[in-house]
Amino acid sequence: MTAISALLTPSRDDRPILIAALFIVAILIAGTAYTWERFGSVPLLSPNYLLQQLQIGAFLGIVAAGMMLVILISQIDLSTPWTLTAAAMMATSVGGAWAIPIGLAVGLIVGTVNGLGVAYLRVPSMIFTLGVNAVMRGLMVAHTGGYAPDTTATGLMRTLASGHTFGIPNALFVWLAVSLIVVIILQRMALGRYIYAIGNKEAAAYLAGVNTRSVTVICFALCGLTAGLAGVLLAGYSQKAYQGMGDAYLLPSIAAVVIGGTNILGGRGRYLGTLVGVILIVLLNSVLSIMEMPEAGRQVIYGGVIILMLLVYGRGERVTS
Amino acid sequence: MPSNLVIRLRQNFPFLTALALFCVVYFLYHLVHPRGFSSAVLVQNGDEVFTLAMVAMAQTVPVLMAGLDLSVGALMTMVDCFASYLLSGAAEGTPLSLHLGGLHLALGTLPGGLTGIALGIVICLAIGALAGLLNGIVVVYGRIQPIIATLATGAIYIGIALFLRPQPGGKIDDDLNWAMTNSLGEIASTVHIFDDGAAPWFASFAWIPTSFVLLALIALVVWVPFRRSVTGRTIYAIGSAEGAAYMSGLDINRAKLAAFTLGGFFAACGGLFLAIQTSSGNADIPQAGAYTLNSIASVVIGGTSLLGGAGGAIGSIFGALILRVISFFFRIFDIAPLLQPLFEGIILLAAVSIGALRVLRVKNTLELFR
Repeated sequence: MTAISALLTPSRDDRPILIAALFIVAILIAGTAYTWERFGSVPLLSPNYLLQQLQIGAFLGIVAAGMMLVILISQIDLSTPWTLTAAAMMATSVGGAWAIPIGLAVGLIVGTVNGLGVAYLRVPSMIFTLGVNAVMRGLMVAHTGGYAPDTTATGLMRTLASGHTFGIPNALFVWLAVSLIVVIILQRMALGRYIYAIGNKEAAAYLAGVNTRSVTVICFALCGLTAGLAGVLLAGYSQKAYQGMGDAYLLPSIAAVVIGGTNILGGRGRYLGTLVGVILIVLLNSVLSIMEMPEAGRQVIYGGVIILMLLVYGRGERVTS
Repeated sequence: MPSNLVIRLRQNFPFLTALALFCVVYFLYHLVHPRGFSSAVLVQNGDEVFTLAMVAMAQTVPVLMAGLDLSVGALMTMVDCFASYLLSGAAEGTPLSLHLGGLHLALGTLPGGLTGIALGIVICLAIGALAGLLNGIVVVYGRIQPIIATLATGAIYIGIALFLRPQPGGKIDDDLNWAMTNSLGEIASTVHIFDDGAAPWFASFAWIPTSFVLLALIALVVWVPFRRSVTGRTIYAIGSAEGAAYMSGLDINRAKLAAFTLGGFFAACGGLFLAIQTSSGNADIPQAGAYTLNSIASVVIGGTSLLGGAGGAIGSIFGALILRVISFFFRIFDIAPLLQPLFEGIILLAAVSIGALRVLRVKNTLELFR
């Protein structure tokens, strides 16, 4: 009974998640109706197809998990595209057993640099991470000569990204592990409380004795780490690293976090929402590609959906004082 | 009690720094350039910087309100694609029609000749302003944060651009292209005024690049009056303290709508020039993204605070100039092309970090949190 009433009158943080989940169902129904009408089949409802889509979504999901931590402290990380690419390129060029640790280390280091710049130099994250992104791009162009490096991903990277265990893609397990860690941080650790506190009012968190600088550095470092992990996996999935492989992950990851109900100004939002946001974006993309929607229509619908979702539940408060 | 002048200097310190920096690097550039201090080099530089300068001005307006516009590059690209249809300058006129699936809508015919081109330019600028207004409406009435609202509208604008130009193409009137991307003398000889530009009194102006004149015109005729108006001041007030601006009885919503519309207009000027310059339309998504990111960098280098309330669009023009001149240097010094992105990144990072030195002067840590 309480479950039903909780469902009918969701709390402020749950409402977005509920609506986004309903929207996912709507996408599935609309897509299925289309395929049934057009091809007489229902691929969207087959577990294999859904698992395959989720496997592709895992890369976005991992990036979004890190992005959420940064957005929660009311910052943003625009260096994701080339952090991801740099991690992938370094991992493939080192190769062997050290490939994955090196890739993750690249992400962690870049993230830490971001965090130090934002926390200690107090440069707005928007512009500092933009600069770091440009530097990483410069380093990688200098390193590879501007072409896709001809080194290939190691066997372990491929197994992690595109292998299956018990019929379930391994990438999903990695996403699950990342999700668990983020949930534990946000729900079960003091660090999580600090993150929400800083997002609400950094000065207040500071006065309450929170070491806001180190929390900021940790959030950025974790965001870099997840970008690095996604880069390693993506290189494994596509067998190699290439220029611009991270470009398609920056804006969708921010969109996924926000669609999931996290306030872009920080301090509010649940991880479950981000998860739902990622699935929504991935399924929307897959339905649109089934419909053979040209890129133009896809972009318009994509933008329209973000606005629509936010109009329903993401509206700010009226300024009255 | 510091004098009025001292206060003004202090307030405009970031802008003056950018101005001085630009003067120094650009003077050096001409010194080392084999054909430095010539009209040809100025014209080339002006053409290369104009679009970014306009997009940076467009970005400045929301940044002054402590927001961020992620759609400027997309909006610019959309207008670029519209212009590649509207400014073909065909003598028989351009029929305008809309094909959406099976739907065909004839929208009338754009007349040929100069009237048609003038009309086309007005339509392009109006489309840009309208798109800017749409951004404003979503932000004001939808009450969605500007950064997210424009992320979404940007996708829509890029979609429209792709719809118009799935492949790069289109055409711009040759005379228009020639006149706009050269010096004033070429305009005079194209439209046959001032004895085809040979009038003696005109000679001392003929070398000035058209793009610089346009930039100065837009800055002086559009931006400066806007900034001095009540609406313009309201934008600065919103950036400083929105609640206080509201309590002071300022019309916040109207100012925000005006600000985004103006931003759309500036971005449209950039897109229009890009189309004229390249004589085609191209819905290039990476290019749109690069313009958006570079516009943010230009705004910051030009002395506008990302926290809102301080700075101005003229500073952003110099920010864009500095950003571009740096890449001009690479061409002269023969720096390996592969190292150029790295240098650009390091310079950008260094520029924003130098601004952070104020942290060292802050005595009360609480002042850091704003």
